[in-house]
Amino acid sequence: MDVGWWGVLIAVLGGAIRIGTPFLFVSLGECLTEKSGRINLGLEGTLVMGAMTGYAVSLHSGSPWLGVLCAGLAGMTLGALHSWLCSFKRVNDIAVGIAMMLFGTGLAFFLGKPYIQPSAPRLPSIDLGAWSDIPQLQAALQINALFLIGIVVAVVLAWMLKHTAWGLKVRVVGESADAARALGLPVHRIRILSTAQGGFLAGIGGSYLSLYYPFNWSEGLSSGQGLMAVALVIFARWHPIGCLWVSLLWGGAAALGPSLQSVGITGGYYIFNAIPYIMTLAVMIITCSPKRTLVGVPHDLTVSR
Amino acid sequence: MSTSNKLTRRQLLTGTAAAGALGLWGGLPWPDRAWGADKVKMGFIFVGPRDDYGYNQAHFEGKSAVAKLDWVKAFDEEKVPETIEVQKTMESMVKLDGAQVLFPTSFGYFDPHILKVAPQFPNIQFLHCGGLYQEGKHPQNVGSYFGYIDESQYVAGIVAGGMSKSGKLGFVAAKPIPQVLRNINNYTLGARSIKPNTTVNVIFTGDWSLPVREAEATNSLVDQGIDVITCHVDSPKVVITTAEKRGIYCTGYHCNQSKLAPKGYLTGAEWNWAKVYMDYAELIRNRQPIPHLVRGGLKQGLVKVSEYHQIVPGAVRNQAEAAKAKFMSGSMVVYKGPIKDNTGRVVIAAGKEHVQTDIWLESMDWLVEGVVGSTKS
Repeated sequence: MDVGWWGVLIAVLGGAIRIGTPFLFVSLGECLTEKSGRINLGLEGTLVMGAMTGYAVSLHSGSPWLGVLCAGLAGMTLGALHSWLCSFKRVNDIAVGIAMMLFGTGLAFFLGKPYIQPSAPRLPSIDLGAWSDIPQLQAALQINALFLIGIVVAVVLAWMLKHTAWGLKVRVVGESADAARALGLPVHRIRILSTAQGGFLAGIGGSYLSLYYPFNWSEGLSSGQGLMAVALVIFARWHPIGCLWVSLLWGGAAALGPSLQSVGITGGYYIFNAIPYIMTLAVMIITCSPKRTLVGVPHDLTVSR
Repeated sequence: MSTSNKLTRRQLLTGTAAAGALGLWGGLPWPDRAWGADKVKMGFIFVGPRDDYGYNQAHFEGKSAVAKLDWVKAFDEEKVPETIEVQKTMESMVKLDGAQVLFPTSFGYFDPHILKVAPQFPNIQFLHCGGLYQEGKHPQNVGSYFGYIDESQYVAGIVAGGMSKSGKLGFVAAKPIPQVLRNINNYTLGARSIKPNTTVNVIFTGDWSLPVREAEATNSLVDQGIDVITCHVDSPKVVITTAEKRGIYCTGYHCNQSKLAPKGYLTGAEWNWAKVYMDYAELIRNRQPIPHLVRGGLKQGLVKVSEYHQIVPGAVRNQAEAAKAKFMSGSMVVYKGPIKDNTGRVVIAAGKEHVQTDIWLESMDWLVEGVVGSTKS
């Protein structure tokens, strides 16, 4: 069926889901970590490690879902390591994050050597487009359960942060460690738990890349999704539901470049491919003001202190 | 005692032929090998992982083929960046492993790295994969080898064109550099040689390894109704598996990816470095001069075409085989005028032809009529 220019819209819709899902998981992880007052720049390493672990476990066990779980656990370990290191006096979380980023990617490349060539079992997809008789739309709406799980996680996380005692504790620790200590809250333990959970989500984001889309383990797999997540969280104003919209927007924007070329807009593809980054920069610039802090920013973050 | 025994035997074996040719040697100077060293030692350097289903794997397969010979000792190092790192690797391969010949396989290794290290080891051969060596300008112990893989792309284009129902093919390419454009143009000309209305939709991703964008490009092309796809990126794995998932045909690149797409892998353009490396090993063993430039396509065995998928019907196979036979006999000229580019400009006038070795083709900056795409970034 000839869809012509509608192809761009279909690609943006499909891309929002396909490309956006790993961003969703990583940004939710980063959101939770930052809510507790820490920045984990190491999520890029966590993502790559998760991608490798997921692929390897799926290959050996034959179960891609077990791979996803193990990717989460690997991410959790890296997250816990980051926050444990940060709980020492005068240790800067950004510096540790950069070290963890290099450590995570390096370790994943080292251990992932034997998994570049073999083909692991892929995560199954769900056909949400069966109602349509347009094959292109059907393909775009072929989604993975992880996307739906991501939406649920975003909603639950938003609810928990706002309405539960646990969420309140995380927020207090993130707003002011001193106040939290005065209340008798275990600041380090809460931060370690939040960062470890954040790492778990980022690891799952990585396994989506290797086990579903683009479905491959290679050393060039990540194109900085883990780092972009930090910007996306600011973009989303530290709100989990915001993370969902921002990830979808980002995914759709990333799909624009190739799809425009496919319909014959052949010039300027470097610019079109850079649209997501330009968009992020623009939002950062527009929302930054020396006169006020951003809405929703945890005040104990090293960058906002 | 045993050393001198070997010495005599080796001299006898290499014998009079080598001695006679000694005076005529115009090629590369020979390493002062210890006579006792009886294996040909070859070092290979790759820029990426050995098993990427792509460029590096193709070279690694070549290395593995020579390594099987019992009179060759081959070693390699992968993922060596095109920086001072490769200089260190080359030095250690010569000094520690005793390499007599080095094959730094990545394009970016040549200038300045090989050019810097080669003069320090005048007795070691540095053979670079790519077209950068120039006689007289570069050191005597440097040479280059490269294959015309666009010949295989022409044949693959015929198969793709023959199998396409929509008459629309897709090409996911990294960057609009001459080598890539030549592949796109050959693929298109091959397809149009049997079905003149075929179009080839090209998407440039902007870099050699961008898995997510390669997958997006493939999906977008399928959405536009293309039903056979190929690519020129470092590792075709993502394009091939995505095409298979979308249920369209594909043709491979660099090496054989039929395992990744058992249903849709029609054929593919592959390197055959085993042939090149075997030839070099023979030359070194027989102490014959090594040519500075090794070039060739299907005829010389430097490139090959993957075995056709069983669903490719006899008629299409015959057309592909006929073109292949013309390449093998050397009578094929792909760039024979009149040829227009995709903006309508005549780039090769009627009656004019550019044979495969024509240097003019190596500065290609246009896309042939039938390609939907632009070289402008």
